[in-house]
Amino acid sequence: MDLSRRELLTLFLGAPFAFAACRETSARRLPDGEIVGQTVSLGHTLREGKTFEVPAANWETKRVAIVGAGIAGLSAAWRLLGKGFDDVAIVELEKEAGGTSRSGEGTPVKYPWGAHYLPVPFAENADLVALLDEMSLLEARGPSGEIVAKEEFLCREPEERVFYKGRWYEGLYLNAGASSEDKRQFDQFYVEVNKWINFRDAKGRRAFVLPVEHCSDDAEATALDKLSFADWLTQNGFDSPRLRWYCDYACRDDYGLKLEETSAWAGLFYFCSRVKKSGDESQPFITVPEGNGQFVSHFAGKAGDRIRKGWMAVSIEPKENGVDVTCLVDGELRGIRAEKLIFAGPMFTVPYLIRGFREAPPFAAEEFRHNAWFVANLHLSDRPKPRFRSDFPLAWDNVLYESPSLGYVNATHQKGIDYGPAILTYYYPMCAEKDARTTLFNYDRDQIAEVCLSDLERAHRDIRDLTTRLDVMRWGHAMISPQPNFIWSGVRQKAMEPYRNIHFAHTDLGGVALFEEAFYHGLRAADAIAK
Amino acid sequence: MKRAPLLFLNVFIIAICGLIYELLAGTLSSYVLGDSVTQFSIIIGTYLFAMGVGSYLSRFVEKNVANRFVEVELAVAVVGGFSAPLLFLTFANLSYFGIVLYGLVFIIGALVGLEIPLLMRILKDELDFKDLVSRVLAFDYIGALVASLLFPIFFVPRLGLNRTSLIFGMLNAAVAIWGTWLLEPLLKRNITLLRVKGAVIIILLAIAFIKSDRLTSLAEDSLYVDNIIYSKSSHYQRIIVTKGKTGYALFLNGNLQFSSFDEYRYHEALVHPVFSTFRGEPKRVLVLGGGDGLALREIEKYSSVEFIQLVDLDPDMTNISFAVPALGDLNHHSFLDPRVQVTNADAFVWLDSVATDPFDIVIIDFPDPNNFALGKLYTTRFYNLLKKKLLPSSAVVVQTTSPLMARKSFWCIAETLEAAGFDVRPYYTAVPSFGIWGYSLASLSPFDTPTKIRDGIETRFVNAEMMPSMFEFANDTSRPKEPLEVNRLDNQALVRYYEEEWRRFEQ
Repeated sequence: MDLSRRELLTLFLGAPFAFAACRETSARRLPDGEIVGQTVSLGHTLREGKTFEVPAANWETKRVAIVGAGIAGLSAAWRLLGKGFDDVAIVELEKEAGGTSRSGEGTPVKYPWGAHYLPVPFAENADLVALLDEMSLLEARGPSGEIVAKEEFLCREPEERVFYKGRWYEGLYLNAGASSEDKRQFDQFYVEVNKWINFRDAKGRRAFVLPVEHCSDDAEATALDKLSFADWLTQNGFDSPRLRWYCDYACRDDYGLKLEETSAWAGLFYFCSRVKKSGDESQPFITVPEGNGQFVSHFAGKAGDRIRKGWMAVSIEPKENGVDVTCLVDGELRGIRAEKLIFAGPMFTVPYLIRGFREAPPFAAEEFRHNAWFVANLHLSDRPKPRFRSDFPLAWDNVLYESPSLGYVNATHQKGIDYGPAILTYYYPMCAEKDARTTLFNYDRDQIAEVCLSDLERAHRDIRDLTTRLDVMRWGHAMISPQPNFIWSGVRQKAMEPYRNIHFAHTDLGGVALFEEAFYHGLRAADAIAK
Repeated sequence: MKRAPLLFLNVFIIAICGLIYELLAGTLSSYVLGDSVTQFSIIIGTYLFAMGVGSYLSRFVEKNVANRFVEVELAVAVVGGFSAPLLFLTFANLSYFGIVLYGLVFIIGALVGLEIPLLMRILKDELDFKDLVSRVLAFDYIGALVASLLFPIFFVPRLGLNRTSLIFGMLNAAVAIWGTWLLEPLLKRNITLLRVKGAVIIILLAIAFIKSDRLTSLAEDSLYVDNIIYSKSSHYQRIIVTKGKTGYALFLNGNLQFSSFDEYRYHEALVHPVFSTFRGEPKRVLVLGGGDGLALREIEKYSSVEFIQLVDLDPDMTNISFAVPALGDLNHHSFLDPRVQVTNADAFVWLDSVATDPFDIVIIDFPDPNNFALGKLYTTRFYNLLKKKLLPSSAVVVQTTSPLMARKSFWCIAETLEAAGFDVRPYYTAVPSFGIWGYSLASLSPFDTPTKIRDGIETRFVNAEMMPSMFEFANDTSRPKEPLEVNRLDNQALVRYYEEEWRRFEQ
């Protein structure tokens, strides 16, 4: 057992940590819990390329069919319903809608299984602002027309803290012990960032703005996509370890990629796209305990029973005047004959699902690469005890400097619940590691729970005793990877074109896995159909 | 020269030092861990047991008894002398505190336990056994008595725990050096080395003594000048009640909440103006915080009041009038009034999740906003949640820290109430144990500054003549010229103002 634990911890948390952790021989208790969500075997039946015969009685007709009830598919449905297109069906292979914005019900609060915040959009993003207004998340517009979210939805201070060499410090950038050279580089880094924030091309477009579709395609900016963020930092003389850690954390957090694996364009996008003008604070975050699950609930409330959960699309067949979708539902085949179809599933599945695509592909679907993650939700009977009086207190986002994980988010934070039971959501990106997906699915709940608890034990010795339940979600294809030469390679642009009667809408088309991208592409596809 | 009488003096001092270290450990652990009965009991038990272990181990010292004796004395000087500073430093790291505490007590106990048998063996050739035992033990116990009398009467109040510890370390080392002369004929070799070691130890302890002010400011050493009569680490905070010449005082996490000597000034100024502000007969009153029951005492003077809902986080606070009967006497047993309903909850979560009928009067008496969990109780979000429990006619009062010591914090709270849509009247009064202390009256409809106390209400402090003056600010407490941030959940501006302002008064 102990050797395999060491191997396990070496694989996920690194050899030095595993060595240290395995010296302690005290009994290691594991709380109850289970693997939730995604059933791998279900998705992988697609690969076998079977043909499916739907019984004649099982066919129905719809004006629009949407495949995938993640944010993109739900946004598309929301738009279509808003425009009076009622005859819509959304098929979703999972038992729950929401994709990576899914959430869970717990005590004392709900909790996220993936995406957990949305930066307040700029006023220019009128569609998104309209959604937030509809959800009553915004204050009445002031005289200057500023978009201001209601206080209870704006991430409560303290937002972030970082654990380093046994202590917790305020913020995400590690200020404690920074040398004057570290500080100089940090300031200089923001000089570069501010340059890009203020950049406008000949048409007045920003270099980095949400959605990506509104970014400048000027070569000066898009050239950044040809190198990695790590190389860009090196070329600009940034070698401060803590600055590079800070940028690496940003990449792992937003893209599930390491610094060396992320395109410099995507790296700078993270720092620039949510800042109005140089010197401004980054746009504040809208968040609730269930994270972006609140958008899923809102969309699902509008779509009602148009969402067909547990319907796995197994074949999409473009026809002269429409599209036929075949779904596997509880072992039975059902068909939807739609005039138009919005494909809001991950793009790599396109060749497996759409008949005829593989024979004459209009774009290279395999260029849409995804990375794997696991997310664990820890149900705690009480808060971990601080070890030092000077430790910065529990924040919303709690990051471990020396860990390949992203640390955890505290779901009770936003509700002002500061005592007693809590739910912590622990995020671990597998990055672009080779065979990461296989690695992840080789391990069971107990092993992943062991990784999570061993990692958090470095900061909270009492975490194992406090955790009453630990559930795990393994995201095999969590998010699109903005590696170099992807975002501006042209493949996304080609995929935005309809393929016969099929419109693509997934977040993948934005090149970065953000709510705003899913929403934008969902609406774009819906508008193309509704026009 | 006969050395026996002088060595008895040596025994006497060793005994004093040993007991002082034991008392230091007991006091410190009571401060830090609470429950002094348990702490002292375990410390004394551990110490005596360790002495037994030390005595037993003395049989393994066969050669160079005198050398060993001096060395043990030096070891006690180091471990004992640095024990209090070391415990204060570990105090910051709570997970180690217990281990270090009992470890130190055991080591000191064992070393002291070694000393007496060794000394008796040194003296055995010079005295009869019966004289030896009777004198050594007599001096030992006299030393213990002297130590236990001097410790609470002189050392703790005058020197504080750290410096007491360091002084006795030095004394211990000095006695050891003196012993090298007394025992010179018996000492084998290395006498100079022993003396040098002793000198080095004294110098190190002296340096620590000089620097001990800095060390003290790290912890709560000199905080409680009075006797601690109740201490408890509740789930939420550290509660301490002290009793001294001026009466009782309550501390939460080391911050004074009231002193029985002048709390009536604070609580009368908190409660009576808001009752004067409300038009009509107040029936329903909400108290947020105020688990000491002292605000309740003032509220209960109003016979029109039918229902008082008190929401305080900590059951150990709302039960303190029963745990410490003197506090029940002080608040006139206000929790026994049938009009009072107590709920133990975080007021923020309670306001957000519990539906109630509106209240006529709300009294908000939270600790000062010195952390984020408290800071949220002073935000626009909090006041907006509160509005759902109010009528346009309702009157609210908020404890808002000192306008003199924390001027920005005081006015930040007033501006936050204004930003939440309240008409606000900040005011203040003098509460000697706190200083100049502030409040804000607030209501959702415009109101006049109160000018009198309701008929039939008896007070010791507030009256109609002085009431208008509470609302007049001097140049050093008036609203600052520079714009202040409104305290919101997403900026917690108040906690930052508060830290910045009160840090100036820390040593």
